[in-house]
Amino acid sequence: MSNTDNENHKSLPIGIKGLSKSYGDVYALENVSLDIKAGEFITLLGPSGSGKTTLLMTIAGFCSPDQGSIYFGQQEMTMTPPHMRGLGMVFQNYALFPFMSVAENVGYPLRVRGMTEADQKSKIEAALEMVQLGGYGERRIHQLSGGQKQRVALARAMVFEPKIILMDEPLSALDKKLREHMQIELKALHQKLEATIVYVTHDQREALTMSDRIAVINNGRLVQVDAPKALYDNPNDLFVADFIGESVLLQLENSIKGLTLRGKPLKMTNPQPKGENPHCLVIRPELLVMSDSKNDSLNDLSGIVSASVYQGESVLVMVDLGDNIKINVRLPANKSQSSNIIPDVGKPIHLGLHAEDVIIVKGRVE
Amino acid sequence: MNIASNNQLEGLNSKELAKARRKEGRLFFNLSLPSLITILIVVFIPVFWLSSLSFFDRAGDFSWENYERIFQSQLYIKTFIVTLKISFITLFFCILLGYPLCYWLSQLPNRLASILMIFVLLPFWTSILVRTYAWLVILQRNGIINDTLLSIGWIGEPLQLAHNLTGSIIGMVHILLPFFILPLFASMRSIDNNFIRAAISLGSTPRGAFWRVFFKMSLPGFFAGTVLVFVLALGTYVTPALLGGGKIQMLAQRIDSTIMLYSNWGAASALGVVLLILAFAVIWIFNRAFGIDKLFMR
Repeated sequence: MSNTDNENHKSLPIGIKGLSKSYGDVYALENVSLDIKAGEFITLLGPSGSGKTTLLMTIAGFCSPDQGSIYFGQQEMTMTPPHMRGLGMVFQNYALFPFMSVAENVGYPLRVRGMTEADQKSKIEAALEMVQLGGYGERRIHQLSGGQKQRVALARAMVFEPKIILMDEPLSALDKKLREHMQIELKALHQKLEATIVYVTHDQREALTMSDRIAVINNGRLVQVDAPKALYDNPNDLFVADFIGESVLLQLENSIKGLTLRGKPLKMTNPQPKGENPHCLVIRPELLVMSDSKNDSLNDLSGIVSASVYQGESVLVMVDLGDNIKINVRLPANKSQSSNIIPDVGKPIHLGLHAEDVIIVKGRVE
Repeated sequence: MNIASNNQLEGLNSKELAKARRKEGRLFFNLSLPSLITILIVVFIPVFWLSSLSFFDRAGDFSWENYERIFQSQLYIKTFIVTLKISFITLFFCILLGYPLCYWLSQLPNRLASILMIFVLLPFWTSILVRTYAWLVILQRNGIINDTLLSIGWIGEPLQLAHNLTGSIIGMVHILLPFFILPLFASMRSIDNNFIRAAISLGSTPRGAFWRVFFKMSLPGFFAGTVLVFVLALGTYVTPALLGGGKIQMLAQRIDSTIMLYSNWGAASALGVVLLILAFAVIWIFNRAFGIDKLFMR
């Protein structure tokens, strides 16, 4: 094996070139190309039916593409049957074999590979330790909680030290608190294993929390591939801007002086785009500053408070801007700041957006 | 109020709530009452009464003679052997034909699978007697199969397909096959495809994944079907009587002739009791050998 920078004994890069797959006249994947670095944690993010699972299943070999190629390192895998690809895989519903004990489940890939009982035993115990389930080997699957099942599934997928691990919405069956805990744990596990992980989810927060990079997929096409912060701060597409975060999109108008927001020139630190293309302003609820009076240094939006919802750590205020446009403002539930008193419904209010916080994307709001 | 006082059932409304719970329990019991009474009247009482006949001789005195006769007479022992033999052969062919068919059906899309299941269930819509006579027409010396094979010259003289063991088994497999397929199909349908994918992704060949995972997970349905077919086969009457041509004597036929020809209710009842015990024994052995109850645990 050539020992280049992006290829080592613990992980492999994945190269996806021109992958297409259609069901009838609907494209599940349309000319998808993606280079995944060795040891990277990449998330395929998209709404249901976007083709993210199809892409994962194609990498796994369970779904055969109409065209395109898949490389693991230097080796083309497009024609390789799934059991020869040497991947670890974690499924949404765990897919633990119910008639086997925890240890038998984790040992399955070792048994299939003809490893001796003694070698298996130490590997199984090490893998269970890794997911903090040491000593659980003799338990039956039905005796485990959801979180424990997920850990066993993880242990089983990594016990044979695969260089690539695929995960298909592995945390979606867990409750919110456990899910958030497992996200942190998975990320720590990834750093220990150093394997390449391809993770599928429809939960944008989960994707932002865990990934080195996120590949946003919509209608079978790759829309944007970027690091979480870059994706959140600089969406390059209307869909991405809308899908990531709790954003509201406002149509901007083109004028001789440049882009205008509800008739007033848009203040922004980045240079304004040239040309006549329509653009939208992406408003994140946490970026707006709420006040009773207009602040001339900010981009100003005025409206009437239509509802405010106490959500524990924050207060979500819905503001009606007129013309059937409503936007949300998120205020931290912070008692020390007098500006954060929950406003009454029906009260007129000004919302300010700093020039640095302006995010614009090409496109027209539907 | 602390928890201890709650446990003493003296809290607010606790008596009324307990009463409401008891009332609900009574309601559910009442719902099952009609079927419980029916089963008691048409199953337990007749079985108990008929079984008790076996412990009396013709003079009406208590005796074991009906059972002694069964275990001493060559004729009866032979009947038991034939019954077990036919039941096992029938089961063997049901598994051989049913398992692959079921596997194929379970892998089809839902709609197609349910349409094809109608064909599996179709035989249930006609009586066993009609179907058995139909087989006689097909299998007999100058029946469709023999005529066809003779006319294309594959055989020189007619095959003996009916009025013997072959005929009985063909008929019985046909009648009992759906009883094997139904529970097995339900069991196979409930196996999530991800189990197989998981096994393959972990390095099993497709064939290995089938045997190590799919087959094992289909076992609850497999055993349910096996027990059903075997127990039903033990008590078959019409099919071997018609397709066996008098040469095949199974237990049910022996019971019939004991009553019809010799009008010996005690002897017939003893045979019935032994058949019942045999059926229970089969279920018990299967359960012990393969731990069906364990397999059902998820």
